[in-house]
Amino acid sequence: MTSSKSFVKFDKVDKSYDGKVLVVKDLNLDIDEGEFITMLGPSGSGKTTCLMMLAGFETPTNGEIYLDSKPISRIPPHKRGIGMVFQNYALFPHLTVYENLAFPLKVRKLSKGDIDKKVDKALSMVSLTGFEKRMPNQLSGGQQQRVAVARSLVFDPQLVLMDEPLGALDKNLRESMQYEIKHIHENIGVTVVYVTHDQSEALTMSSRIAVFNDGKVQQLSSPDKLYEEPVNSFVAEFIGENNTFTGQVIDISGGKCKVKLDTGAEILSNPIRVKTKGEKTKVSLRPERAIIDPEEKMDNKHKGKIEEVIYHGDHARVRLNLLGNKEFILKVPNSSARMDIKPGNEINVGWNSHDARALDPKSI
Amino acid sequence: MSSETQKILTTDGIPLEVSLKKVERRNKFKAFLLVSPLLFFLLIVYISPIVGMLFNSVDDRMVTNMLPKTFSSMETWDGKELPSEEVFKSFYQDFKILVDKDEHGKLATQLNYEKNGFKSILKKYGRKLNNFEEGNYKEQTVDIHERWGNVDYWRAIQRRAPAYSYSKYLKGVDMYQNEDGKIVQVEEDRRIYKKLWVRTLKIAFYVTLLCFLMAYPIAHLLATLPMKYSNLLMICVLLPFWTSLLVRTASWMILLQQQGVVNDFLVWIGFVADDNRLVMMYNATGTYIAMTQILLPFMVLPLYSVMKTISPSLVRAGKSLGGTPFITFWKVYFPLTIPGIGAGSLLVFILAIGYYITPELVGGASGTLISNQIAYHMKYTLDWSFASAMGLMLLSGVLAVYWIYNKLVGIDNIKLG
Repeated sequence: MTSSKSFVKFDKVDKSYDGKVLVVKDLNLDIDEGEFITMLGPSGSGKTTCLMMLAGFETPTNGEIYLDSKPISRIPPHKRGIGMVFQNYALFPHLTVYENLAFPLKVRKLSKGDIDKKVDKALSMVSLTGFEKRMPNQLSGGQQQRVAVARSLVFDPQLVLMDEPLGALDKNLRESMQYEIKHIHENIGVTVVYVTHDQSEALTMSSRIAVFNDGKVQQLSSPDKLYEEPVNSFVAEFIGENNTFTGQVIDISGGKCKVKLDTGAEILSNPIRVKTKGEKTKVSLRPERAIIDPEEKMDNKHKGKIEEVIYHGDHARVRLNLLGNKEFILKVPNSSARMDIKPGNEINVGWNSHDARALDPKSI
Repeated sequence: MSSETQKILTTDGIPLEVSLKKVERRNKFKAFLLVSPLLFFLLIVYISPIVGMLFNSVDDRMVTNMLPKTFSSMETWDGKELPSEEVFKSFYQDFKILVDKDEHGKLATQLNYEKNGFKSILKKYGRKLNNFEEGNYKEQTVDIHERWGNVDYWRAIQRRAPAYSYSKYLKGVDMYQNEDGKIVQVEEDRRIYKKLWVRTLKIAFYVTLLCFLMAYPIAHLLATLPMKYSNLLMICVLLPFWTSLLVRTASWMILLQQQGVVNDFLVWIGFVADDNRLVMMYNATGTYIAMTQILLPFMVLPLYSVMKTISPSLVRAGKSLGGTPFITFWKVYFPLTIPGIGAGSLLVFILAIGYYITPELVGGASGTLISNQIAYHMKYTLDWSFASAMGLMLLSGVLAVYWIYNKLVGIDNIKLG
C-alpha cells in the first residue's frame, strides 16, 4: 500500500489468550522482502505468539497483519503459502523423506515430474541427495533438521518462518546449521522470520533482530547496532555480557553525563536514556571496552581488586571488585605478558565515557 | 572380525563368553523366580482349562465304557446286516450292569444324540430286561420293538465305539458323519449353528465399526481439549467402566423397551405413533445398541493413548505446507492413529465375538450369539463336550483374527496405552 512497502507488516497487533493478560502489546513491525529477521527474547516474551499469528495458527486479538500489503488475519494457514520450520521439526513420521517433501507439492497438484524435480533440488540444497527413501526416524537430528528446512522451502514460498529450529541440536551441529541456513537464505533470497532465545544465534544469522520482552519489541536493529548501541538496559543485559553500575545523574553537559554511583564514586558516561539531572540510571559497559592500564586520554580510570580469574583458553575473564561492583568482568587476552593478574592484586582499569551508556534504571 | 579370531579371555583367563553367561545366569534365575508365581497362576487358571476343554470336546469314553462287551463283539461286524447273536448277548449283559448301577438313563441320552428314537426303545428294553431267557437274544430283542431290528440303530451304537471323536466339532458347523461315514450337512431346517456363527461375526464386526465411528471423535477431543475439560470427559468415558455390566445392560432395558424412556420420548415428540412403538429390544437392534455402548471405552482408550502422542505441530505443519484441514487429517493425522485403531478394533472385536450377558438379556431370539448357545448347552442340555467344542472353535476364531491382524498390520504396531 502507499503507507508502507514492507513485505510483512504487523500493525498495532495485540494478542491475549485469556482476556486478562496481553501477551503481545501494540506490536508494530515491518519486515522487508528478502530480509532475515530474528525475533529474539526470553521465553514468554511473545515472540512465538507473533510467529504463530503470522503463520495463521493464532489470530490477533486486535490489529492486523499484512503480507505483501494484503491483510491476512482471515486467511486460514493452508492458504497463506508460508513455509514453516517447527521446533521439533514436525516431519511426518509415517512418510519417507521424499514423501515429506512431496506433500506440499502434491496438495498443490503438481505433476509427478515437477515434484521429482523440486524434491531433488530441495534435497541437494541441504546436501541430502540420496536420502529420499529414508524414514525420518532413520535420520540424525541434524539431518531431520535439514529435511524440515528443505520441506519448508520446496514449494517456493516467499516467506519462511522458523520457530527455534536448532533448539534440539548439540552445540557444534547448531553452529554449522546456522551457517547453512544463512547461506540458503542468501542463495535463494527468501524472506525469513526466525524465532530464537539464543542471542549468539540471532547475532550470527540475522540481517535485523527484534528483541522482544514483555510482549513488546524493545529494539529492532542490525546485530552490530544492537550489540554496540542497546537502547535500554533490557537489551543491553539480554544481548552479550554487560557490566552495570546504578546511580544518579548529577550533571549533563557536552554529550557526557556524570553519574554518582550508590557507593559515592563518580563516573562519566554517555547519556542515552537520561536527559535531566537527578534521574536514576543504569550505566552499561561491555567487558571488552574496559582495558587494563588505560591510556592517558581515557576519561574513566579506576582501581579495582581482582576477585577471580576464570580461564577460557584464548582469553581469561577477570572478575573485579570495581567501584563497589563485585561482578565487574574484564576480558584479558591470553598472553604471557601479564603475570600480575592474580586474585588479590590491584589493577588500573579504564574506559571511554562514550562506551559507558547511561540507560533507564529498569532491570530484567 | 573373522570367525576364526581366538576367544577373548577376561583378565582372569576365563573365556569372556563363559564369564558373561555365568553372570547372566544368576540374573535370569532371579528374574524367573520373580515371575514364577504368575507363571504358575497362568498355568492353573488359563492353560489347564483350555487343555481340559480340548480334551473334553473330543472325549467320548462315557459310552465306550458303558458298553465294553458290545463294542468288543462288534469289532468283526461289517455293518451291512443286523449284528450277530453274540452282539445282542453282549448288549444284554452290558445293559443289565448299567441298570443295576442306574446309569441306563445316561446311555439313552447319549445314544439319542446320535439317533433320534433311542430313548423310547431303550426304556422299553429296560422294562423287559427281566423277562429275558438264556439264549436267542437276537429274537427276543427284536420282539421288544421293531426298531431293534433296524440295522441303522446298531450302526448308531457302533459309531459311539471310539473313545475319542470329533463329531462335536462337526455338529458345531451343522454337519455330521452319516451312516456311510461321510461328512455331510444336516437337513436344511435343522441348521442353526452356522447361522449363529455368521451372526456372531456380523454383530462383532458392526459393533466394532460403530465403536470406531463413535470413539474416534471422542478420543480426539480427549487428546486435544484443555486439561480441565478433558479430565471431565475422561470421567464420562470411564464412568460406565466402573458400573456393573449387569446394571448397564439393565438400564438399557429400561431405556429401550416398548414402554421405555426412548419410546416414550419419541411418542411425546410425535416421531412415532403410540400404537406403533419401536421394537428396540429382544432383537439384534438391542444387542447392537447395548454392546456398542458397553464396549466403547475399549476403543476410546487405545485411540486416546495414541492420539495423545501425536504432536499438534504435525497437523500445523500439514496446514502450513498447504494441506486443507481434510487433507491434513487424512494424510497426516489419520495414518498416525492406525496403531490405536488396530488395537481398539482387535480388542472390541475379540470381546464382542464372545459376548454373553448383554445379548442374553437384550438379544431375544435374533440377537443372541454363539456364546449364548454355549451357555445353553452347559446349563440345559448338559452336553459339555459340545460346549467345549464350540468354545474351542470360538477361541481358534479369535486366534485367527489375531493372526490375520498380525499379518496385515503387525502386532508390534499395536498401542494399548
